[in-house]
Amino acid sequence: MGVGLGRGMVVLYLSLIVMLPLAAVVDESLAGGVGAFWDSVAGSQSMAALKLTVICSLVVVAINAVFGTIIAWVLVRDEFPGKGAVNALIDLPFALPTIVAGLTLLTLYGADSPIGLDIAFTRVAIVVALCFITLPFVTRAVQPLLMEMDREMEEAATSLGAGGFTVFRRIVFPNLLPGILAGVMLAFSRALGEYGSLILISGNIPFDTEVSSVFIRSQIESGHAEGAAAVSVVLLALSLAMLIAVSLFSRKRARK
Amino acid sequence: MSAKWGLRGLAFGYLGLLLLAPVGMIFYKTFEHGLGPPIEAMTSPDALHAIWLTLLMVAVAVPLNTIFGVGCALLLVRHRWRGNALIDGVINLPFAISPIVIGLSLFLLYGNDGWFGPTLASWGIQVLFSTPGMILASIFVSLPFVVREVVPVLQEIGTEQEQAASTLGADGRQTFWRITLPAIRWGVAYGVVLTTARVLGEFGAVTIVSGSISGETETLPLFVAKSFEQFNEEAAYAGAIVLALLALTVLLLMSIGGRKAQSTKEGS
Repeated sequence: MGVGLGRGMVVLYLSLIVMLPLAAVVDESLAGGVGAFWDSVAGSQSMAALKLTVICSLVVVAINAVFGTIIAWVLVRDEFPGKGAVNALIDLPFALPTIVAGLTLLTLYGADSPIGLDIAFTRVAIVVALCFITLPFVTRAVQPLLMEMDREMEEAATSLGAGGFTVFRRIVFPNLLPGILAGVMLAFSRALGEYGSLILISGNIPFDTEVSSVFIRSQIESGHAEGAAAVSVVLLALSLAMLIAVSLFSRKRARK
Repeated sequence: MSAKWGLRGLAFGYLGLLLLAPVGMIFYKTFEHGLGPPIEAMTSPDALHAIWLTLLMVAVAVPLNTIFGVGCALLLVRHRWRGNALIDGVINLPFAISPIVIGLSLFLLYGNDGWFGPTLASWGIQVLFSTPGMILASIFVSLPFVVREVVPVLQEIGTEQEQAASTLGADGRQTFWRITLPAIRWGVAYGVVLTTARVLGEFGAVTIVSGSISGETETLPLFVAKSFEQFNEEAAYAGAIVLALLALTVLLLMSIGGRKAQSTKEGS
């Protein structure tokens, strides 16, 4: 089989499916010049949406950094019946369609909440939905590091009189930090662009609960493709920066 | 010991409140009045069409991305080339892009004022608001999975067996079918499962390119959203349950596939 032919096919496939469509977005965003691009991004509604998206995503990754690490710890270091099932459950947010995720959260935390907890159409709802969607990232990044970790270091620290918290802070945490950071960056990148799980539960209220992806959708529907493209390019740049950071970071770790 | 129970409590509490309770709740809501209503809701013409269209997306996008994924992984791992780093970067793009932006990109390419839209329309080909556009969106969003799963397996198994086969006179095709493919099969299978899950559930990108016309361009996730927005909660819940059951099947396959992939890595 010709390697050259194969390469040609791969490049053609990637160009048709990924590169050309993205080029069209960048082109459209600059259709009216750089000034128009900036006006679209800095418009009050689009800026409010961008701010909300970035702040919610930061809050969410902070929450999942803590709980993701705890869950990874319990799954690696603890023994309990049904551990395999809990471990498989972690991937549920990756398997469950986003629209179903939003709907399930709405049945429990919406207007008909059986536990009287109605958070629908608030910013809290956005955070909860994004926590759901990005749950696996940190756990899955930390688990392998915990499994590889040398228990002797911890035992040595304990025998020298360090308490549980000191051992965690001085020994365990520094070893897990690369995994936590990698998971956080992937989760952040995912949270920035999330759409499906938010539309039913966030209410999509401009200046209040409208995230960037929802704003882009409303721009497309009202015929402002240029504005939609401009905000898309900003989102794209943010997520790309995250992914590049992750790959540089993991390459650096691999070299060590 | 109290620290152990504290951590357990936090982990289980978080998983319970965030994952288990909501998913349990939607099952309860759907079957609250027995099996009749959800079955009735899922056998309406629009629902059946949505299921059929969703399966069509899977039937086209998954094989295409699997063939591409295996071929591309082989090129990346087995043949050094200056362009490989770039290809690797582009393959990861769909993970970094919002589904809505993917939808917008296809809209700008194939819409009435798009780059290709007018030309294709003059040939009588309608991409946007019809099946081809939805298939393109499905392929785009699920492109990276097979490559990502197969690359590490290929790196792990090395080239010794392949070299032995070709020393013994096997040609490239024989080596691939008899040696390489059997060795990477669990990696491929895992990638296929992830691709399928992504295509089944894709919402954002498909929403933009499909126009969401009931009985025509509506996949199951779109059917769920529209039913809910039209206050037909029974249909929305029933559709969600079908998708959730598919997701649980995927989860089961993932945990089996993941374990198998792990053991092939360790076994070699």
